[in-house]
Amino acid sequence: MNISAMSNNEPLLEIDRLKVEFDTRRGLVQGLRGVTLSIGRGETLGVVGESGSGKSVTAQAVMGLIDMPGRIASGDIRWKGRSLLGADGERYARDIRGKEVAMVFQDPMTSLNPVLRVGTQIGEVLERHLGMTRKQARTRSEELLAAVGISAPGRRLDQHPHEFSGGMRQRVMIAMAIACEPQLLIADEPTTALDVTIQAQILELLAELQQSLGLSIVLITHDLGVVAGLCHRVAVMYAGQIIETGQAEDVFERPAHPYTQGLLRSTPRLDEVSDRLISIDGTPPNLVTPPDGCSFQQRCPLSGEACKKAPQLAHIRPDAEAACWQPSTPAWATPLMTPSISH
Amino acid sequence: MLNPVSAPAPHAPLLSVQGLGVTYETGAQGFWGRPKSFDALQDISFDLHAGETLGLVGESGSGKTTTGRAVLRRIKTSAGKIVFKGNDITRTDGEALRKLRRNMQLVFQDPYSSLNPRMRVIDIVAEPLLVHGLIRHVDEARDRITELLRVVGLPADAHDRFPHAFSGGQRQRIGIARALALQPEFIVADEPVSALDVSVRAQVVNLMQDLQKELGLGYLFIAHDLSVVRHISHRVAILYAGRMVEIADRDDLYDHPIHPYTEALLSAVPVPDPRTQRQRKRIVYGGEVPDLVNPPPGCRFSTRCPLATEQCRKDAPKLTERSPRHLVACWNR
Ligand SMILES: Nc1ncnc2c1ncn2[C@@H]1O[C@H](COP(=O)(O)OP(=O)(O)OP(=O)(O)O)[C@@H](O)[C@H]1O
Ligand SMILES: Nc1ncnc2c1ncn2[C@@H]1O[C@H](COP(=O)(O)OP(=O)(O)OP(=O)(O)O)[C@@H](O)[C@H]1O
Ligand code: SF4
Ligand code: SF4
Ligand SMILES: [Mg+2]
Ligand SMILES: [Mg+2]
Repeated sequence: MNISAMSNNEPLLEIDRLKVEFDTRRGLVQGLRGVTLSIGRGETLGVVGESGSGKSVTAQAVMGLIDMPGRIASGDIRWKGRSLLGADGERYARDIRGKEVAMVFQDPMTSLNPVLRVGTQIGEVLERHLGMTRKQARTRSEELLAAVGISAPGRRLDQHPHEFSGGMRQRVMIAMAIACEPQLLIADEPTTALDVTIQAQILELLAELQQSLGLSIVLITHDLGVVAGLCHRVAVMYAGQIIETGQAEDVFERPAHPYTQGLLRSTPRLDEVSDRLISIDGTPPNLVTPPDGCSFQQRCPLSGEACKKAPQLAHIRPDAEAACWQPSTPAWATPLMTPSISH
Repeated sequence: MLNPVSAPAPHAPLLSVQGLGVTYETGAQGFWGRPKSFDALQDISFDLHAGETLGLVGESGSGKTTTGRAVLRRIKTSAGKIVFKGNDITRTDGEALRKLRRNMQLVFQDPYSSLNPRMRVIDIVAEPLLVHGLIRHVDEARDRITELLRVVGLPADAHDRFPHAFSGGQRQRIGIARALALQPEFIVADEPVSALDVSVRAQVVNLMQDLQKELGLGYLFIAHDLSVVRHISHRVAILYAGRMVEIADRDDLYDHPIHPYTEALLSAVPVPDPRTQRQRKRIVYGGEVPDLVNPPPGCRFSTRCPLATEQCRKDAPKLTERSPRHLVACWNR
């Protein structure tokens, strides 16, 4: 698969300095602290980062799913150049969401209705968004199940979600998401609940759909291996911000931000044996009272005076950005991996 | 206080499991209203030596946790034998079982729910000592616990704090300190790092390796992450739908897998490197892991295996040795 040649410059989705806050008993949680991100047509963007870094909240904001106690405090989200926020934006967004932009969640059981037949659920999307008749919807649903690799789709339409295995339910979710031929699919940890051999089936399916439908995909995951296999571009999140973006090959080969460097170093690889794993000391900051300055300061070996001021995301190469005062400086001594144990 | 254990005779395993089976009840009523049961584990065999880690890998529901719990004598076994330090412990009970349990400890997967939120760290770590009647009051063990907390790398003032004051990685350290309190020789670690972020996972894995070197512990390390298992294990066993399909020394298994399922499993694990990952040959078999309550007859992988023949669909293959220390259960490989 030729992975790098297909995206063009016109962005489909732009997220601009987005801030999201949650009013909780613990205080005001700054879930997103100025996220800026864009995705082009036919592009696959991987979003990675630690638990709580803001990956899901970013996706929820695009889909209009930020609910009490959360709110979008500032910033903008644009689809093909038009804002999805504000009164006008809301109206525009209703036409877009579920149709031009669709989402697949981590746990298919929470997003499928357990008491409705699978065919009824897919059919409803088609009738609502595309105005199909029940009969047309049924024919199309059958095609969709076949397209996501479910055998005997006609019979399967009449079954309930609990009669499907985890991998098959995720396929059903993907079938529903692509029912209206969206231009952008946002997948939040679509394979995290699945076993690796089933995960491989789903990732292969996503890659095929990307090719055959010219789909753009935002793939949220904490698995760097999944990103490496599927994504053109990567965005790395830390404590509610994007701290590095770039072409996947580049980010993996020459990570610029110390956190990205640390993340790659601490990820064990199946194809390498080292005698010691490397970890990043410490833990991510609390988002109720995030530190002034760089949010990685407490864990960063390079941190110094300058880092008390917050670094902004800035170009480090034409198609790569990092938010660090000393980008591309090795934060830990080389070599990246301790030499293999020889036998 | 943490004295290295005296090494056992060089060739006697610390733990030897032979033909282990476990049967569960389904909850559904079978014929004549008798509870229906199914085989969750069949014919599991392995040896584990002191100072050694056996990685136990398999997909969800394959029987990893069941194996760990059976070996620790926490659930009933339906077949086979468990030998610990030369003694058959399959039917040990009463006071002897209590004594035995001191020597075999469990570290849990979930550092968030496995610690009682209302207990201070010192009480959590001291609890096994109290339960086993080794101390009558927590204060008797203060020094010992201080030492334990130091060993697992927790701050000295951790004693009187509650679990919520600690991050996931630190909570897992508390769980490990607790498991070490009784100075066991054998630890079952059931997915000890699965719930942790990558950047802190290594802290816990490294700690476990250091403790093993220092104390000669034997680990049964349960995980579904094959990359972590490769890192920590000396030997690796692969389970599929309640049966062991392959067991071998670590590098032998990863570099020369023999069973078709092991091969597919290894090829499916993504490598965090775009160039390598996009060139890797993936073996993607359709189908799903079979339902254990109604398993296919014969080889349990036969519903997905491209090499399956008549024989595979009729008779279950036994584990046999293919090269020294490398055992595989397959008719056609
Ligand atoms: N409904 C909510 N109420 C309060 N805080 C929330 C809510 N949803 C998210 N947050 C907070 O916003 C931050 C970002 O959360 P988010 O769910 O986006 O993380 P994530 O990167 O998706 O993590 P994970 O990898 O664990 O899914 C976290 O600090 C989280 O606690
Ligand atoms: N107490 C129980 N009663 C009945 N069935 C059980 C019980 N515990 C486990 N099982 C079943 O036995 C099988 C093996 O379960 P086990 O928990 O050992 O799997 P596992 O390999 O640890 O999976 P996971 O990776 O999801 O933790 C599964 O089918 C499970 O549903
Ligand atoms: S800005 Fe400073 S503290 Fe932050 S990542 Fe860069 S060097 Fe480290
Ligand atoms: S015994 Fe037969 S079905 Fe089972 S793995 Fe071997 S070839 Fe495949
Ligand atoms: Mg999330
Ligand atoms: Mg388990």
